[in-house]
Amino acid sequence: MCSLALFPPPLPAGQTTLCESNNELLSRTSIDDPQNPLSLYFPRESLKLHCRTESSSKAAFLDHSETLWMRSAWLSVTCGCILALLQKVSSFHGSLFPHLALSSDNMIAEFSQVLNWSDCVVRAFAWHPHTDKFAVALMDDSIKIYNPKSATTPTLKHRLQRNVAAVQWKPLCASALAVACQNCLLVWHVDPCSLSTRPSSGCAQVLSHPGHSPVTSIAWSPSGSLLLSASPTDTAMMVWDVASESCVPLQRVGGGGVSFLSWSPDGSHVLASTPAALFRVWETRMWTCERWPCLKGRCQSGCWSPDGSRLLFSVQGEMVIYALTFTETPGNLQTNLQTAVVADLSETTFKTPDGEIVVGGEIQSLAWDPTGERLAVLLKGDPHATDRPAIIAVFKTRSRPIFELLPCGFVQGEAGAEARLMQFHPNFQHGALLTVCWSSGRITHVPFYFLSAGIPHCGLSGSPLLPRHQSRTTDNQSLFTEHTHEHFCSKNYVPTLFLFRSQKSTSFFGFPLFSNLHQIKV
Amino acid sequence: MFPSEQNCWFVRKVIYWRAAASIAWAVLLLPPFTAAFVLFSRFSLFHPIQTLSECLAFLTSASAIFSLILLSGVMVILGFLNLEYYTVVPTIACSKIELLGQLLHPRQLANSLICCIMGVIVAWCCAITTGSRYDTLGSMCPQSDGDTSQMCLNEYHLILLLGGAFVGLSHSLLGVIHNMNYVSFNTVQQYKYLCVKGSLTTVVKCSATQALYSVRSFIIVYFFFGYIPKAWICKTLSLQLDNSVHPLDSIAGLFNLSLVYHLWISASFLLSTWHFTLLLFRIYVTEVYNFPVQSSFTEDVQQCLPKVLSEKQPVILKFMALQDLALLSQHSPSRRCEVFSLSQPGGHPHNWNAISGECLSLLTELNQRLVSYHDSVATNGRAKSLSTASERKTSSETSVTSGAEDPMSPRPTLLLKTPVSVFARTVTGTPKSPLTAPFTPDLDSPFTSPTLRRLTTPAEQCSPWSGTLQSPHVMRRGVKLWSTPTDPQVNGSPSSSPTSVPSPKVQPSKPSLLSQFLLNRREQVKGFLAKRVLIMYLFNKLPEASSQALFADSQAHIWALEGLSCLVQASFSEDQFGVVQTTLPSILSCMLTLQEAVDRHFKLPHASSKPVRSSSSMEDSTHKTLRFALRATLKTAIYRITTTFRDHLKAVQLSPEHQKRLQQFLEYKE
Repeated sequence: MCSLALFPPPLPAGQTTLCESNNELLSRTSIDDPQNPLSLYFPRESLKLHCRTESSSKAAFLDHSETLWMRSAWLSVTCGCILALLQKVSSFHGSLFPHLALSSDNMIAEFSQVLNWSDCVVRAFAWHPHTDKFAVALMDDSIKIYNPKSATTPTLKHRLQRNVAAVQWKPLCASALAVACQNCLLVWHVDPCSLSTRPSSGCAQVLSHPGHSPVTSIAWSPSGSLLLSASPTDTAMMVWDVASESCVPLQRVGGGGVSFLSWSPDGSHVLASTPAALFRVWETRMWTCERWPCLKGRCQSGCWSPDGSRLLFSVQGEMVIYALTFTETPGNLQTNLQTAVVADLSETTFKTPDGEIVVGGEIQSLAWDPTGERLAVLLKGDPHATDRPAIIAVFKTRSRPIFELLPCGFVQGEAGAEARLMQFHPNFQHGALLTVCWSSGRITHVPFYFLSAGIPHCGLSGSPLLPRHQSRTTDNQSLFTEHTHEHFCSKNYVPTLFLFRSQKSTSFFGFPLFSNLHQIKV
Repeated sequence: MFPSEQNCWFVRKVIYWRAAASIAWAVLLLPPFTAAFVLFSRFSLFHPIQTLSECLAFLTSASAIFSLILLSGVMVILGFLNLEYYTVVPTIACSKIELLGQLLHPRQLANSLICCIMGVIVAWCCAITTGSRYDTLGSMCPQSDGDTSQMCLNEYHLILLLGGAFVGLSHSLLGVIHNMNYVSFNTVQQYKYLCVKGSLTTVVKCSATQALYSVRSFIIVYFFFGYIPKAWICKTLSLQLDNSVHPLDSIAGLFNLSLVYHLWISASFLLSTWHFTLLLFRIYVTEVYNFPVQSSFTEDVQQCLPKVLSEKQPVILKFMALQDLALLSQHSPSRRCEVFSLSQPGGHPHNWNAISGECLSLLTELNQRLVSYHDSVATNGRAKSLSTASERKTSSETSVTSGAEDPMSPRPTLLLKTPVSVFARTVTGTPKSPLTAPFTPDLDSPFTSPTLRRLTTPAEQCSPWSGTLQSPHVMRRGVKLWSTPTDPQVNGSPSSSPTSVPSPKVQPSKPSLLSQFLLNRREQVKGFLAKRVLIMYLFNKLPEASSQALFADSQAHIWALEGLSCLVQASFSEDQFGVVQTTLPSILSCMLTLQEAVDRHFKLPHASSKPVRSSSSMEDSTHKTLRFALRATLKTAIYRITTTFRDHLKAVQLSPEHQKRLQQFLEYKE
């Protein structure tokens, strides 16, 4: 089991993480970003925010205890009784599921994967699964689409597009973007060849179902045919056939709603966590589910290994990462499951030149890169204490001979900026690319250069999975791969050839990081 | 049903058993429904305990058991009706007259009659169950003037029976209008129990709302025509009308909340049990059936997937086979292996060849259908724009067309070469142009349906002109236009050769003066008729209907696309003998051609780009959105292949324009 004590200490203030190369994280002091087309900055002041929020409008009205009916009619007595009864029932229901009392804003903030969602300039972020474009949802309820290959950045605005909790691109499609909004689900069709910067709201399909709001999580099936949506107030999770705008509710009592969804990259399972201390793992062939009660709190976040055989998840109130392994017995659809603690993230004190920093605590979100070699963990920290910032801890993962996590390092931004949201690029050629949205409104990309240890790319990249029996190798070979893996992981190994090649190649949309790397080396 | 369909092993061994199981479950679940109905019909707010005890007492009585047996009989008959009338390809009426034709079809009339009778039976059971004043048809007259044997008509009982008949009839008629007999396949596979549980509340809710509307209509009908059945019953059964009570076909009589409530609750009970039977039938019939991919026994070869796929009848068998193909291509590696395997002596990929060949022929057939439809619509637009512009001088139409050329100019050969979009746009200008709309040779319009239906058959090779030539406006400019069908380069689709058209109307190349005169007369008659409002109403095309009809069986194409693309994707790593590679060019070109045709179809002005939101009811509106699902699936299928093979696709032999199109997909620009 890996713990934070094994990590290299965090960087001193003013230093930012640049990339991983030769098995170590490189950093530099200033963040005078050169003209990188994809690292963006959204200053808070530049956004036209809604001046009127829900709470302020409520405050404009006086709370009146005596109504006209109360004073006059006998009818009010019966009505009052019924109302009181209803209130009792709903309060009983609310005591079972306290999250139902939250306003929809607070509910999204509570269940979002984004840290401190309501105060976040960038509220959602999504890479396109196949190309180098991404969508950014901002605090002013607009969504911008950036594509390095085109000069236009379409801005999507819609009357119903409020309080965006999540965005996701449809796999195996160039144009469709699903947006989870406060009252509905929008699916935008943004023509990649169009030159329009403001696609009309006619390009969006509105998917709504009574009682299904706010939508806090969405997940496309990896085959692109179905869309799942979840709301913490609705015990049913919706399976949408987007083309025909029809939905099938999958209802299971217990849990009081569904807060977070994650579809495994091979499409066979779906993780659905509830606001209560319970999560479910659905199997997508016949849509049956297994209940997994947790002891402490709800399942906060989860992520799947690229081949869909392993699920990592974190539980609110606990500082560990659990792994759930699905081993498929041949000829049988039943899955055998084992769960184990794979990492301990309890608080650890590091000594830095600026003083002591406490790192660790609860986990906000987890992200696993598509090659299955790096795992990024966003730790919540403590917003009130200055020495306990939110921080991203990155692990190296390996699955053979046994599954384990190895320390890699912390990813930090410029001084005063906290990580809020992170996502791995779905098909980065030279390793893994972690995109981080910071509290300052900046979006940066941190590449991890490494050579993948022979695990075939699968899932999101679209290429098919090898059947398990094929990917299993003989003893000799596995020894060999084990050896090479160790070789790469050893600190002394310098993949100069690889670095050279990646410098020469036209590379990933002309990342200027390579030149910076040189500067550091020199 | 066709005799061949009944003889098919699949119908005998699978469908009949599934239908039987659904009927059995419907009968088994009838007692809870009845108990709920009894509870609701006898419910009184102020005596809850008494209500409960009364209900319990009634449920154990002989009359309750008798009515339960009657209701079970109704359920069984209904199950047989469902089995007899179900279809997996909806019949979509393109105009009001066609809908009327469907309603008055003898088959449908028989259905309506049976539904009506069963409605009366159910209503009688309801009347027995509700008890009190609804109990019997005749009752003792209260003011007995010595004659004790005098019986009076109990109008409450009668109105309940008539209400049942009305609701049964309306159920049958609405079933035709809303395509209730259409069985759609779910996108999400679930176990049957969960399916039923999930849709039970919707069934009850929909039935209650529909019952409300039906009761409203019934009350109106009864108010106006209620005296007819009342008098008839009195006469035949020699009952007397009770003058002391208010007659019910008056405003005061019908404004009786308890009566309306009982009518509504009986109608809800009737509809919910019937809808529930239908739901069970749908769920049972559409359950996935696993066909073996190959079998080592010769007697089972008929039941293997490649063989079953190629059969035309029954349609449900083909649909099930395609569904199974789509599922196996996604979920089951071992069965995929069998698809990619070679035959044992000889080493031929028979399985793959049969499966891919069948899927491709399905897709090509759809493509041809789309092309011919498009061509007919395009020429239509031309005809419309000419006529409207010349006769009505509407400014909008002329402005639309004048960009391309003068619509008044009598140069049809030139017009034919103009881009399709011009024609397409002019159709929007006059989608319901009163003069020409009913006579436009659209697909499925009553005038030309035989001709164009023939076009849509798989073996179509004939030109779309055979349909368009009936258009009066083309005929008027006869001499110039007659030459067009024989001019091959003008013809839009290269595959269709007009000379091979078997239609006799195309054959005369030089019409005589007499025939010209006759044609003119006919056109004048049509023009005269077109100005009558009722005929206009009947013959006007329903919006979107032709587009829906075109894609009515597209569920098969969707599965074919999914199955093919997933198999091709899997072949990248699983196909050991390179079986799929040989057909890859034809698969790609077929999909790309279809993509082009579908794109063109969606650019037609009357094809809306977004599905209409359907209200939640028992009506299955899947058929209305199939074309959108097809478009999305097609794109996904092509992307699935391109993302798997990526640059390897550059080595695939394709025509230059397809390569260009494929490049768009490789760059994610579609």
